[in-house]
Amino acid sequence: MAETLLEVRDITKLFGSVIAVSHVSVTVNRGEVTCLLGDNGAGKSTLIKILSGVYQPTEGEYCFEGKRVSLRSPREARAMGIATVYQDLSLLPLMPIWRNFFLGAEPEKGAALLRRFDDRFAKQTVREELHKMGIDIRDPDQPVGTMSGGERQSIAIARAVYFGAKVLILDEPTAALGVKQAGMVLRYVAQAKARNLGVIFISHNPQHAWAVGDRFIILKRGRTLGNWTKNELTQEDMIRRMSGADELEALSLELDQIVHGNAGHASN
Amino acid sequence: MTPEMIRGARKRDERVAQAGIVRGFFRRVEVGALIGAVVIWVFFAIAAPDIWLTITGVSRILDEATTLGIMAGAVALLMIGGEFDLSAGVMTGTTGLLAGMLAVRGGWNIWLAMLAALVFAAGVGFFNGWMVTKTRLPSFIVTLATFFILRGANVGVTKLVTDRIVVEGIDKAAGFYAARLVLDTEFKFLGTTFRTSTIWWIVLTLIVAWVLQRTKFGNWIFAVGGDAQAARNVGVPSNRVKIALFMTTAIAGWLVGMMNIVRLRSAVASQGIGEEFVYIICAVIGGSLLTGGYGSALGAAIGAIIFGMARVGIVFAGWDTDWFYSFLGIMLLVAVLVNDNTRRRAESVGVAAAKARTEEESKDG
Repeated sequence: MAETLLEVRDITKLFGSVIAVSHVSVTVNRGEVTCLLGDNGAGKSTLIKILSGVYQPTEGEYCFEGKRVSLRSPREARAMGIATVYQDLSLLPLMPIWRNFFLGAEPEKGAALLRRFDDRFAKQTVREELHKMGIDIRDPDQPVGTMSGGERQSIAIARAVYFGAKVLILDEPTAALGVKQAGMVLRYVAQAKARNLGVIFISHNPQHAWAVGDRFIILKRGRTLGNWTKNELTQEDMIRRMSGADELEALSLELDQIVHGNAGHASN
Repeated sequence: MTPEMIRGARKRDERVAQAGIVRGFFRRVEVGALIGAVVIWVFFAIAAPDIWLTITGVSRILDEATTLGIMAGAVALLMIGGEFDLSAGVMTGTTGLLAGMLAVRGGWNIWLAMLAALVFAAGVGFFNGWMVTKTRLPSFIVTLATFFILRGANVGVTKLVTDRIVVEGIDKAAGFYAARLVLDTEFKFLGTTFRTSTIWWIVLTLIVAWVLQRTKFGNWIFAVGGDAQAARNVGVPSNRVKIALFMTTAIAGWLVGMMNIVRLRSAVASQGIGEEFVYIICAVIGGSLLTGGYGSALGAAIGAIIFGMARVGIVFAGWDTDWFYSFLGIMLLVAVLVNDNTRRRAESVGVAAAKARTEEESKDG
């Protein structure tokens, strides 16, 4: 069985008296994709922020590579190899790809006053790293703002991988994308997995999650609804659980009654 | 990766490289300013050919452009970093008055007086930057407040100390001539008088351009102007970068203030007021976006030359100098439109390419 990279157990986070997440556990193995699914307000954002070191859990254990850790900042998480790619991607649209890629970790050459950004190395590395993920960029000087949404996601992912991420946390990477673009991103998620990274894939799109996921955790109102591996569950099953099928049935019954009440006659 | 795919990638690369030379030139930030400079030069070469086409004409233009250019370079950095400094103009006056009063009234050596003014300028720059990053108020408002405070103090303090609104006799201070020699003295070149301040300007422009394009800090300047939060997420110390930029404009104001007092041997309380907008316009003409994250130091220098040409050209052509302000307005408008257009064109090429590739790839896959 695959080696566990990151594991949180029984995590609870309170904001004052508000319970944001309650007794949630998440596991990510090396070379696997764990999908976190859930509707708005399910506690996904809070959980991501705990995983990436922005928030500290009120209760619960955080283990990374078999050791118990307590992260105090995102910087600390990143240094350990836990990289989060947020929806805004932290990319600057007007800056060239190579400048974006190395922002905050610029390679330098030269001594003392002549110390400078090693742009040749940066451009070449960007080209190579993106090539590994299956994107050829024609021109590293191209501003990121001119690239498609899928390409931008991929750059952000490639950047995290290059800077030594062992675990990638992807916050709704396919949310604002069309079908083709989302396909592109899913391919890079699969690439990252093939390169033996652990991926936490946050989504509320069950098709996307099913396409790449090995393990599925459904959150609802701050609690875990369940934790399944892919062979313990069918896609239909997952969608049903995710969308709260029982509630939907109740809702459609209620709507039916309203419609029928107003119309004053019964049909079906 | 199959071999065909790699070969395909290489083929595409070559196609880009060919188109790249011409497009690369037009994608350069400074291109609008450069075209503008040529147009205006030709315009005055026709309107006032006699002096314009001589070396004297060049020296007059550079003289006008020098102090503007020093300020415009610093202001361009700050604007690329996403902020404004409306106190940059009045700072040239404040530092000049401060150093002048310390030298004349306090009997200080001019170097010591200038050092004190430098510390003061750096302090004000730090305050501007600190206020902006702490309060997250627009820098427009914060530095407007600084502008008014300094503007009032310039007149108020000068009146208190000298009973007038001018500090005179700075040339009697110890060390004055050495300072003048270093900062702003005349020298003959090709039979015409140039000023050492112009050499300062050229050297500083090169340094600023180098820092912006070639260093880590330069990368951070673009980043904090583009999106300070995104920059912070990847570990750029956004606040420190911004504070450093505010200090840079204030220190540039100090340098110009010192150049003025060693040149004029006196300091006037009204010095520099209204100039802050000229600096900003120079930077904008040079391709810097008002919204930050994009721009050029060389462009700002070209912007300053355009202004030098306009100021001198209007005089040479024998027109009323008040027309200068109308010119200012027109230039600003044209520059903003050109910037927007150049940027959009540069980007739309990329967008079309990105779309084409996405379609290609989805066909392949």
